[in-house]
Amino acid sequence: MATHPAPPARSVRDAVDDLLTPGTVAASPAVPVENPFRVVGTDRHGDPIAKLVRPAGGRIIGGVAVGIADHLRVKVLWVRLTFAMLALLSGVGVLAYALLWIFVPQSRGAEPHRPSATERRQAIGIAAVGAALAVLGTALGLGQSVGWIVGPLGLASVGAAFIWREADDAQRQRWRRSAAGVVGETRSGLWRLVGGITLVVGGLAVFALGQFDVGATGGALVAVVLTLVGVAIIAIPWWIRLVRDLGAERREVVVQQERAEIAAHLHDSVLQTLALIQRQAADPREVLRLSRSQERELRAWLYGPAGYATSSAAAVTESDATVAAALATAAGEVEDTYAVKVTPVVVGDTAMGGVGSDMHALVAATREAMVNAAKHAGNPDISLYAEVEDDAVTVFVRDRGVGFDPDQVGSDRRGLAESIRGRMDRHHGRATVRSTRGEGTEIELSMPIPVRPAEPVASDAVAPSGAGPEPRQVLPR
Amino acid sequence: MSTPVTVFLVDDHALFRAGVKAELAGLADDRIAVVGEAGTVAEAVVRISAERPDVVLLDVHMPDGGGRAVLEQVHARYPEAVFLALSVSDAAEDVINVIRAGARGYVTKTISATELADAVVRVSGGDAVFSPRLAGFVLDAFSDRAGAAPLVDPELDMLSPREREVLRLLARGYAYKEIASQLFISIKTVETHVSSVLRKTQMSNRYELSRWATDRRLV
Repeated sequence: MATHPAPPARSVRDAVDDLLTPGTVAASPAVPVENPFRVVGTDRHGDPIAKLVRPAGGRIIGGVAVGIADHLRVKVLWVRLTFAMLALLSGVGVLAYALLWIFVPQSRGAEPHRPSATERRQAIGIAAVGAALAVLGTALGLGQSVGWIVGPLGLASVGAAFIWREADDAQRQRWRRSAAGVVGETRSGLWRLVGGITLVVGGLAVFALGQFDVGATGGALVAVVLTLVGVAIIAIPWWIRLVRDLGAERREVVVQQERAEIAAHLHDSVLQTLALIQRQAADPREVLRLSRSQERELRAWLYGPAGYATSSAAAVTESDATVAAALATAAGEVEDTYAVKVTPVVVGDTAMGGVGSDMHALVAATREAMVNAAKHAGNPDISLYAEVEDDAVTVFVRDRGVGFDPDQVGSDRRGLAESIRGRMDRHHGRATVRSTRGEGTEIELSMPIPVRPAEPVASDAVAPSGAGPEPRQVLPR
Repeated sequence: MSTPVTVFLVDDHALFRAGVKAELAGLADDRIAVVGEAGTVAEAVVRISAERPDVVLLDVHMPDGGGRAVLEQVHARYPEAVFLALSVSDAAEDVINVIRAGARGYVTKTISATELADAVVRVSGGDAVFSPRLAGFVLDAFSDRAGAAPLVDPELDMLSPREREVLRLLARGYAYKEIASQLFISIKTVETHVSSVLRKTQMSNRYELSRWATDRRLV
C-alpha cells in the first residue's frame, strides 16, 4: 500500500467536521469514489468518440459526407471527392452513398454548423461530377474490368465498416490506442506494419494482374496466401495487446472497487468513532470505551475469520457456535460495558453445543467473573485465559486489583461468587477462587466436555450426527 | 548496567516512531537510548548495519516485505542484532511468522512505555518476551492433542511439561516473578524455560508449523 492514487477528495478533518455539524450526518456522502467507467470511451486526446451519425443540420443531400468527415476527423471536402471518384467505378460511390444514407442513423439534436453558400455550391458541384463520372464509367465499360476487384473489396469494406460501427466506444478506443501502439511504440512494430501492407498491396496487384494472365489461378492462390499472412502479421500483436489491455483494465477496476470498499468501511467505522471521541473528549471513560470497541471491530474486520487480511479460504461460516468465539464476544461486551481492558487468550476450541449446554453455562460464569473483576478489582486490566483440552475446558479470569480474603468476604461478593459456583456445580463443573489482598484475584473455572456416546440416539440437542467423537474444531481468532 | 541498551526503531509511520521515541525519552530511563530510526526496509537494513544497535524494535506490517524482510536481510549483515517485534497486529500468523524468522519477542503497540522499556532490556539480556497472547499461540502451535500434526523430531519439537506450565501461567497473565514463586523455581529458571520455548519455536520443524496454520485455515 505504498501508493494510494485514489485519495478522498476531502480531508479526514472535513469529514469529521461534517459529522460534528448537526444535521449533516445523514446527508454526509461517502468518500467520493471515482467512477471507474467514466474514462472509458474517450480517445487519447480526451474527446469522446462520436458514433457515426448523419447530422440533422449542415447537410447538402443526406448528411453522409459530413457525418463521415466528423467521425474520421477529416475535411468534408475529401470525403465528397472520394465519393465522386468512386462513382467512376460503375457507380460504386453513388451506391455507397445511398447505402450509408439508409443505414447510418440520423443524429438527434440540430447541429449548430450551417454550410456557407460557397460550400453548398461546391458540394453540389462535386455531387454533379460524381453523377457524371458514374455515367461515364458505365459507358466506358470500366465496371466490367474492375468489377472483379471492386466487388469483393467493396463487400469486405462494408463488413469492416459495420464491425467498426457496431463496436461500442470503449472497444473502439482500445483499438485506436493499440493501433497507435503498434505503429508508434517500437521500430519492429513499424516494420511489421510496413511488411503487412506490402504483402497486402502486392497480393492484390498479383490478383489484378492475374485477371489478364493464363496462369491466373496459381498466382491468385499465392496472392491470397500472402495476403492472409500479411493480415496475420498485423493483427496478431494487435490482438495480444488488446487482450492484455483488457486484463489490465479489469484489474484496475477491481482495485478501485476494493479501495472504495475500504474507504466506505473506514468512513462508517473509524471516522464515526473518531467524531464521537472528539465530542466526548472530556469523558476519558467514554473515550476508552469507544476506542476499544472500535479497535476490536476493526481488528475483526482486518484479521478475523472472514477478515480482510485473511484469504477467502479462511472465510468459514463462523458464529458464536464455538467456545473461543463466545468467550471473545463476552470479553468484548464486558470491555464495552465497564470500560475495562480484557485480554482474551484461548488455546484450542470446541463446539458450544445447544442452548443450555454445559458450555453455555461456562461462558455465562466466565462473563460473571469478568464483570466481578471489572466492578470490584479497581484495576482496568483483566486477563482471560481459556484452554480446551480433550476432556475439559479450563478458564482463568485474573485481575491485578485490590483482592480480598476469601474467608472474610461480604455477603454481596459471596453471592456473586455463589452465582458462578452454583452455575458451575449444576453443570458438573468446578470453580476455584484464589485471591490475595493487594495482589489481585484469579477465578478458575473448569468444565468437563461431555463424552459423546457412540450411539446416535443419545445426543439430541448437541450433535444430531453424533457418530464417534466430535472432531476438534480449530478456528482462527 | 553501566552503558545503556541502544535501540533502533523501524516503522513506516513517522508519527508512531516519534511517539515511541518521546515516550521512551519521557521515562528518563538511563537503561535505554534510542540511537536511530528507519521508515523503509531498505533504509533499515543499511542503517542498522551501520549503527549496530543492541535492540531493533521492528514493525511487522511494512511495504516491501515488512518486518520479516528486515529480519532476514539484517541477519546476514549484522547477526548480533536482537529483534523485538512491535506491531499493531496480534494475528496469529503475523506473530508466529516473525518469531520463526528470529525475533526475540513480540509486543503489541498498546503496550505502555514502562513495559516496553522493560521488554527491551530483557531481550537485550538474551531473554524472550512473551505476551500472554503469544504464549497462547505457542501453546496452540505445540498442542499435542488429537488432530495436531504428528511429531517429527520429539527431542526438538516437544515442549517439556515444565515449559508448558510456564507458558500456561504466562498466558494467564502472570509476571515472571509470580511464575517463579508459583512453581517454586528461581526467576532465572523461568527465563531459561521461556528462552528454550522461543528457541524451539524458531527451530521447530514440525512441518514448519505450516500444518499449524493449515489446521486453523489460515493458509
